[in-house]
Amino acid sequence: MTDILLSLKGLTKAYPGVVANNNVSFDIGVGEVHALLGENGAGKSTLVKMIYGLVKPDSGTMTLRGQAFTPSEPRAARADGIAMVFQHFSLFDALNVAENIALGMENPPAMRDLAMRIREVSENYGLPLDPYKTVGGLSAGERQRVEIIRCLLQDPKLLIMDEPTSVLTPQEVDILFETLRKLSSEGTAILYISHKLEEIRSLCDHATVLRLGENVGECTPADTTAREMAELMVGTELLTPERSGRDFGEVALDISGLSADAPSDFGTSLKNVHMTVRKGEVFGIGGVAGNGQDELLGVLSGETTTQADAVRLHGGPVGNLGPTARRKLGLLTAPEERLGHAAAPDMSLTENAMLTGSAREGLESNGFLKWGLAKDFADKIIKAFDVRTPGPENAARSLSGGNLQKFVIGREVLQHPEVLVVNQPTWGVDAAAAASIRQALLDLAANGAAVICISQDLDELMEISDNFAALNEGRLSAPRPTAELNVEEIGLMMGGAHGMEVSHV
Amino acid sequence: MDLSAINPVLLVASLMVAATPILLAAIGELVVEKAGILNLGVEGMMIIGAICGFAVAVQTDSSTLGFLAAAIGGAVLSLLFVILTQVALANQVASGLALTLFGLGLSALLGQSFVGLKPPPTPELNIPFLSDIPVLGPILFSHDPVLYLGIAIVAGVWAALKFTRAGLILRAVGENHDAAHALGYKVIRIRIMAILFGGACAGLGGAYISLVRVPLWTEGMTAGVGWIALALVVFGSWKPWRVLLGAYLFGGVTVVQLNLQAAGVAIPVEYLAMSPYLITIVVLVILSKDKSSAPASLGRIFHASH
Repeated sequence: MTDILLSLKGLTKAYPGVVANNNVSFDIGVGEVHALLGENGAGKSTLVKMIYGLVKPDSGTMTLRGQAFTPSEPRAARADGIAMVFQHFSLFDALNVAENIALGMENPPAMRDLAMRIREVSENYGLPLDPYKTVGGLSAGERQRVEIIRCLLQDPKLLIMDEPTSVLTPQEVDILFETLRKLSSEGTAILYISHKLEEIRSLCDHATVLRLGENVGECTPADTTAREMAELMVGTELLTPERSGRDFGEVALDISGLSADAPSDFGTSLKNVHMTVRKGEVFGIGGVAGNGQDELLGVLSGETTTQADAVRLHGGPVGNLGPTARRKLGLLTAPEERLGHAAAPDMSLTENAMLTGSAREGLESNGFLKWGLAKDFADKIIKAFDVRTPGPENAARSLSGGNLQKFVIGREVLQHPEVLVVNQPTWGVDAAAAASIRQALLDLAANGAAVICISQDLDELMEISDNFAALNEGRLSAPRPTAELNVEEIGLMMGGAHGMEVSHV
Repeated sequence: MDLSAINPVLLVASLMVAATPILLAAIGELVVEKAGILNLGVEGMMIIGAICGFAVAVQTDSSTLGFLAAAIGGAVLSLLFVILTQVALANQVASGLALTLFGLGLSALLGQSFVGLKPPPTPELNIPFLSDIPVLGPILFSHDPVLYLGIAIVAGVWAALKFTRAGLILRAVGENHDAAHALGYKVIRIRIMAILFGGACAGLGGAYISLVRVPLWTEGMTAGVGWIALALVVFGSWKPWRVLLGAYLFGGVTVVQLNLQAAGVAIPVEYLAMSPYLITIVVLVILSKDKSSAPASLGRIFHASH
């Protein structure tokens, strides 16, 4: 790349107790697809927030097309041609597509003209969208389209994408990459943040690696292996989980003919789900977010009760039992949402350990709590799963996402479950921590427990699961041995690109 | 019992008068809640509006200035709510309840020397030709200007929320304040303006009670109307026209039960007195069955963490 679009020099930003970015410098060329790599907490988000004007750097300079660039707010950044697609979609569920897009524009045209332009641009880039649909009812892939179209209507010079593919099917990822390549060929630079190294290898021209807020290296992804990049991010050698050969025992969990209504308006109801998991087996459930994962977890954990016979544990009916009764019988769950579902944000780690561990670990007697034992249990989790925190008296909220995830999964694993259900066990967790969580799940299975892993990360499911089934609009496909599957087939099991074909011109 | 003493035309005309205080307070609260704020201090802001309006109207002998003072009074009290919830990030429910208690106490103090006085009359619109139409004239064309203002505010709020960019931004802030902030909208500033508007509307509603409906001042004279207004917003599914419908329903049942009492119906007065509350709530619960949803950020504290 010859022309430099944006140049960052010595950017530094410190928060109380932590330096998020320390003297970071790199250049992005016109039309370049530039990857930004790093573990959780490496400072990627802070860096892009500075470029987008949400955060002011303590020191350092940015230069845009040779001019000093100091955006005071996102509005100013947008006016200079910087657009951003957020990791957690910044959309308004109750508003329609056109209204959502109008909110992201400085001077939106009248709704009718805007709707026409949305149709035009979205079809031009192969991302068809209906401007009058309510966003709350859209799939994750469609929601992301809304964000991208919102950016494209501004005619951006630099498009920042924060983990855009974590919620897409492989086919949707292909469509997205087509779009990004087209944009890049038209001269739009793209700053691309992702954990998925293979994607970066196929898409990006150049990569900058951050570790603990510092720029620790640059590379050309196409010439570097995913492993090398991962080790650059982590700073040490990476261990891949090992799957030891093991035999499956008798049936641990059996679900037959399960149907359940969605608990919320925007939820998905489960339709006639069948599933059998044996001891020692890791059963992977894939699918795009919002196809019934949360509802399935609710049915398994006991948050949603069903007919007693629909869910059987070791042959005994448990469908009508609540979570605590199921825990006593050995069916444990770790939900996806760390803050608020798996853990109570403002309670200490000891209290959180007490919340799910009391029944199986004997942390209470006659209604009185044994705080000493609970603290020991929390300490044990922290030690066994390398949770980085000053101690168990800290609030769950104070832990970084990856650390809390290790705690939440560790808490269940250490209770010696007979059946463990996890949803998105490594969501937002960096490579090293993800590997250790996966290893723990495999070890658990090797010791005779049945593990059900619901995940949107296909690589993860391919790596750890023995059998794979996909959720699509509340229906579970027939399971197939993972060893026989490739990513293409899995994508089709997940429902393809949700009927939205590429319409590139 | 003599039901023939009830004049249907007068009944409808007085129904509109009875509904206006609730309507004003509710439409203000609707805007506040659409911005994602739950202000339970409506009752407090109404009673402050009632005494401010009454006092200024008596002193200046002008009901127009009275209503103006009421709007300002309600907005000033809501400023306290702004400081508590938007600056100090206090809990909205507790702050709202505190506002109501504080408003009731302060109004009693301010009103001590005004008990027993009569306010200047609020002139009724007398459109030469229209007001003389037999049935329609008294119902539609011979009220005071504030009643029409209330309906105009409902129409204005509806149109603003539906058709204008400002309305869209307000709804966006109430729907997802983090996303609105990420897009660069001034969440706190927008909410403060909404709260002040809600305070002014509640103040107007309060003054309508003390200057038009029951033209005199007594302590605690809003008598729970603010709470009904709050319920109306919820049961009206945050839709302006449905709030208007609910207010007229409540006003209607209130007027009918007063008329029935006067006509000597053989039902204990207590049942009649509680009927407007019951009927309004039952009807609105049925209406609100289609869950056209509360603003998603309603009542949540916004803290810009970036």
